[in-house]
Amino acid sequence: MSNVAIEHQAGAASAGDYIALLKPRVMSLVVFTGLVGYVAAPGAGDWVLGFAAILAIAIAAGASGALNMWFDSDIDAVMTRTQARPIPAGRVAREEALMLGLTLSALSVVTMVLAAGALAAGLLAFTIFFYAVVYTMWLKRATPQNIVIGGLAGALPPAIAWAAKTGSVPLDGWLLVAIIFMWTPPHFWALSLIQHRDYADAKVPMLPVTHGPKSTRRHVFVYSILLTPFVLAPAFTGLGGAAYAITAAVGGAFFLFLAWRILRSKAGEGIAAEDKPARDLFGFSILYLFALFAVILVEKVVAG
Amino acid sequence: MSEPQTDLAPESVELTPEQIKARRRRNLWIALSIGGFMLLVFLITLAKLGANVIERPL
Repeated sequence: MSNVAIEHQAGAASAGDYIALLKPRVMSLVVFTGLVGYVAAPGAGDWVLGFAAILAIAIAAGASGALNMWFDSDIDAVMTRTQARPIPAGRVAREEALMLGLTLSALSVVTMVLAAGALAAGLLAFTIFFYAVVYTMWLKRATPQNIVIGGLAGALPPAIAWAAKTGSVPLDGWLLVAIIFMWTPPHFWALSLIQHRDYADAKVPMLPVTHGPKSTRRHVFVYSILLTPFVLAPAFTGLGGAAYAITAAVGGAFFLFLAWRILRSKAGEGIAAEDKPARDLFGFSILYLFALFAVILVEKVVAG
Repeated sequence: MSEPQTDLAPESVELTPEQIKARRRRNLWIALSIGGFMLLVFLITLAKLGANVIERPL
């Protein structure tokens, strides 16, 4: 019977393996940006309904992660960054991830309908669909613009939360979406400059693989410039106050400086020492996005 | 015991103690999740109805 026991090793998966399927780190970012969208939206809001809406966004993000790991297990098995994920490691069966993803998708959308109504639930369902089907199944393997367009899924949570609180999404709500959307390409292309060999092995058409590192460095710089007006815009619409304006301007200038350093570097050419500018921008981009949203959150809370 | 019973499925898969423990933990988590979801729906219902219940036409 020992051979049976080995065949069924997947049955020994721990709760931690299922949590890993939900991509908790992505989830935490989405919860944070969603929370900021909820707090920034006008009105008092009901804290139970607000909690339910943010929870629904978190569960939907987890569901998207599980669906992504179900579909991408072949890629994950090749890339060193993702080899230890539960499916390529053999602890969870692909079907389990699929079922978990579908079940949680349904639960999250149902919860959102109950707590926040049709618009927020519709946007949430669209986000799951966009990430799991449009990005994962189609764009990721088809075009080097994959992360540019696919980034929309990761950008939408503030708009969903805004809709959950007020029933509509005005310009300020979409500005929060636009900031994350425009931030995603330089953020991920900086990462891809460091990890392009992995993507090449997995045959994922990331920009350094298809167009080379030089073109990628130019793309990072140009998209960093394009990001700037969107980051500054909340200071003019009233969404952000003085603290936001300073954070956005100073951080934005440093972001552009780091992007310019990438442009002038040989990052992504396969020499580890040359990748430092890319690693710097990748690290700072996370801090910058977090700071921008945190300042909006604090300003709203302080203003009451 | 010499003849295997046909109506009852024979023990074709023997789970290791480790797997039984893992299964029990998974079941517990599923139960907690379902319970949590029920509680959430209840709380949403309360929040949505709230004072409106009193103000409804009789």
